[in-house]
Amino acid sequence: MVRILRNTKSAAVNPLKSSQPLGAAFAFLGVEGAMPLFHGSQGCTSFALVLFVRHFKEAIPLQTTAMDEVATILGGADHLEEAILNLKTRTKPKLIGVCTTALVETRGEDCASDIANVKLKHAEELAGTEVVLANTPDFGGAIEEGWAKAVAAMIEGITRSGARTRQPKKIAILPGCNLTVADVEHLRDMVESFGLKPVILPDVSGSLDGTVPDRWVTTTYGGTSVEEIRELGTAAQCIVIGEHMRHPAKTLHGLTGVPYAVFQSLTGLKAVDRFVSLLSAVSGAAVPDGVRRHRAQLEDALLDGHFHFGGKRIAIAAEPDQLYQLATFFTGMGCEIAAAVTTTDMSKILQKVPADWVQIGDLGDLEVLAAGADLLVTHSHGRQASRRLGIPLMRVGFPIFDRLGSQHKLTILYRGTRDLIFDVANIFQANQHAPTPEALDPFRKREMPDELRSSPLTRH
Amino acid sequence: MTSLSAKIQDVFDEPACDTNRGKDAKARKQGCSKPLTPGAAAGGCAFDGAKIVLQPITDVAHLVHAPLACEGNSWDNRGAASSGPTLWRTSFTTDLTELDVVMGQGERKLFRAIREIKDTYAPPAVFVYSTCVTALIGDDIEAVCKRAAEKFGLAVVPINAPGLAGSKNLGNKLAAEALLDHVIGTVEPDDARPYDINILGEFNLSGEFWLVKPLLDRLGIRVRACIPGDARYIDVASAHRARAAMMVCSSALINLARKMEERWDIPFFEGSFYGITDTSEALRNIAELLVKKGADAEILDRTETLIAEQEAIAWKKLEAYRRRLQGKRVLLNTGGVKSWSVVHALMEIGMEIVGTSVKKSTVEDKERIKRILKDENHMFEQMAARDLYAMLSKHKADIMLSGGRTQFVALKAKTPWLDINQERQHPYAGYDGMVELVRQIDLAIHNPIWGQVREPAPWDCQPAGEDDLASRKNGTATVNAFNEFAGATAHRFSDR
Repeated sequence: MVRILRNTKSAAVNPLKSSQPLGAAFAFLGVEGAMPLFHGSQGCTSFALVLFVRHFKEAIPLQTTAMDEVATILGGADHLEEAILNLKTRTKPKLIGVCTTALVETRGEDCASDIANVKLKHAEELAGTEVVLANTPDFGGAIEEGWAKAVAAMIEGITRSGARTRQPKKIAILPGCNLTVADVEHLRDMVESFGLKPVILPDVSGSLDGTVPDRWVTTTYGGTSVEEIRELGTAAQCIVIGEHMRHPAKTLHGLTGVPYAVFQSLTGLKAVDRFVSLLSAVSGAAVPDGVRRHRAQLEDALLDGHFHFGGKRIAIAAEPDQLYQLATFFTGMGCEIAAAVTTTDMSKILQKVPADWVQIGDLGDLEVLAAGADLLVTHSHGRQASRRLGIPLMRVGFPIFDRLGSQHKLTILYRGTRDLIFDVANIFQANQHAPTPEALDPFRKREMPDELRSSPLTRH
Repeated sequence: MTSLSAKIQDVFDEPACDTNRGKDAKARKQGCSKPLTPGAAAGGCAFDGAKIVLQPITDVAHLVHAPLACEGNSWDNRGAASSGPTLWRTSFTTDLTELDVVMGQGERKLFRAIREIKDTYAPPAVFVYSTCVTALIGDDIEAVCKRAAEKFGLAVVPINAPGLAGSKNLGNKLAAEALLDHVIGTVEPDDARPYDINILGEFNLSGEFWLVKPLLDRLGIRVRACIPGDARYIDVASAHRARAAMMVCSSALINLARKMEERWDIPFFEGSFYGITDTSEALRNIAELLVKKGADAEILDRTETLIAEQEAIAWKKLEAYRRRLQGKRVLLNTGGVKSWSVVHALMEIGMEIVGTSVKKSTVEDKERIKRILKDENHMFEQMAARDLYAMLSKHKADIMLSGGRTQFVALKAKTPWLDINQERQHPYAGYDGMVELVRQIDLAIHNPIWGQVREPAPWDCQPAGEDDLASRKNGTATVNAFNEFAGATAHRFSDR
């Protein structure tokens, strides 16, 4: 039983979270021709935008309803209406994804009916553009929740409901927000190698992979098409990656009856084996040679890599599903989770994290709890703690703004697990401490004689 | 007879070597290295052996007079640790080109290289290693070194151990000869004391001698020179004023130990810091030798007190691993480490030794191992990789301890493996080192990856897969959803 330690501090120190509307916008960015719209004041949008740009090094379409003082007092419906119409004329998006912020939610705006009114009033003008709403106040949740709500909103708002004729080879995949561009690409390749036709929602691999289009596009380019979202109900099977995507999958199931299977993580040999077995069963195809080869490479990576992992103490701060993904990866390699910090206590996955306890908190908590660990695992903001503690940092999640190419790092399936092993082992090797007489002196203050776990003799 | 072959004859006829003493006159003359079998030889050459022995002297510039391969392919590959200078890890080679060889410019290039090193790094000494090519083209490194030493006022030491001379072991001995001829005794210390000792053949791998040295410090024993681990040139040069010496590990430096006894009356014993009992025995022997040489006998009691205290701590720490390691089967496949004391400690905590190689063990060691193991069959000289693989893949051992060369035999047989030779990452000497070794064994054996890699892919092993699924019937909704599909065929899907 994992103990969930609730946050008792009043002051968050070096936040771990990014806000919920950012997560929703992130999901909308995985749809072709999309324009996420923050319903709030200008700053809500610009901060999120800057963070996206720093992470992806891309121009990110993200707009704001620019709530001002008057709108805040009198209500934001007009601003929302104006913003939607403006976006429609200026950028001709196929999807406008409205993400509410704390400001309008605190006002208690009925955004759903506002949007319904706009659609009714401007049905003709808005033809060819879907408008969906995700209620994502900043004061609740974090990226995961926002992402999942946006996906559920798209399914509810766009997917044609009712029982449909199923296409036996069509697979709907709902990936969690912890999957990178490279992960999604690789996932598609893997599914296709079984002769299946995956529809991935959201598909950031099409839109945030850094391709250079031959013209200036003001919306997203690439990603899941609105038409594909509409036809999700014809999939034979839905596969969900990450516990936070269970809710959107349930929504899809409720609307269309498409059955779903949840994979809480696709990192680690066993999890991938289970996934591959499912693909094989669904497709009726044998496991392709390429996939077998990747599995063998992972086996070898496990063998070669495990020397660097055994007995290491790892401190992780990440959103719940990513925390689970990484914590199970590390413990599967013989590490021990010295500290686990996450953003919210709402996720059921926390009960499965292989740690004695999970702290709901921030990077300030991580810095305190990680003392004596061998590796910090969190996003770029962990770099200060890393320097102060003298513990190397492995950058994961969002945002990663001080390294290039984080979206192209593979973290799932056989190859992603293999790459993670090498990444971590290389961090350990790059940070070896040379042995010193002082550290090895047998008369130094000895730890408990029967201490099995930690040894000052371990150098890397 | 050239001076090199005379030297080789000399080091082969080692009166202090048990094996050599046991031979008849004719066999003795043939020397101790077995002739190499082309196509089936393993291990390094004489140059390699000489460099291994000398390179850990930390403040010396080690200059390899050779085309690139000798140094370029081998530098920075060993984990000896230094508490100060790092020059030993900087690689120097004359990198002879075809033109150098054809035009006979090797000697001049060498001389210039020594000057450049002196100008840039100002080391207390330069060691110059001859190699196959420079020996073949007849470069007289002794003459060059002599001239450079005079000209630059610097110790320049020729190490005459070209690879073609023979094996690594021979190179070890030739390196020792070079130290005897050119280094040891060249500096007279002004601080000689009755508790000064030399440690010979200790390499300070991963800093492991620092697990032992504080024990000696506590007894008031000073290590005049540890050759070569973490040594300074001046320590080695003044090593002849120590009162006693311990020769560590294999008999690689036995000629050094014996000749230092002959020349400077420094008695020595052969010992090991691996394992608890051996460490204690080594401390005891050091104290006894010092007393014999005139030190106060009270040191004997102090030594016993320290041993008792340290052994108790170490055994207590080891005891904590008994629960986790009892009954685990160990295969020891190593030459260098004197394994019997390690064997003793492992068995003491309930581990079982299913085999040990005795390739480099002395007759006495073999007897000890035999007594401990009770079954001679578990001793083997050397095992071919194929046999080793077969043995390990049948899971006849829970872990193999060996050197890097057989690492992949173990890994490909999906068997835990721990490096206990020179490339290892962890210090294993002394009392704490033995605890560390056991800790590493524990980590290796219990790493969860073994469960993962040993199981076949589920699609290759249907019955096991089904068992697996059945056993998860009561699991989460996730698993149930999966079972539903894994159990169904694609056809049934399309019918829905």
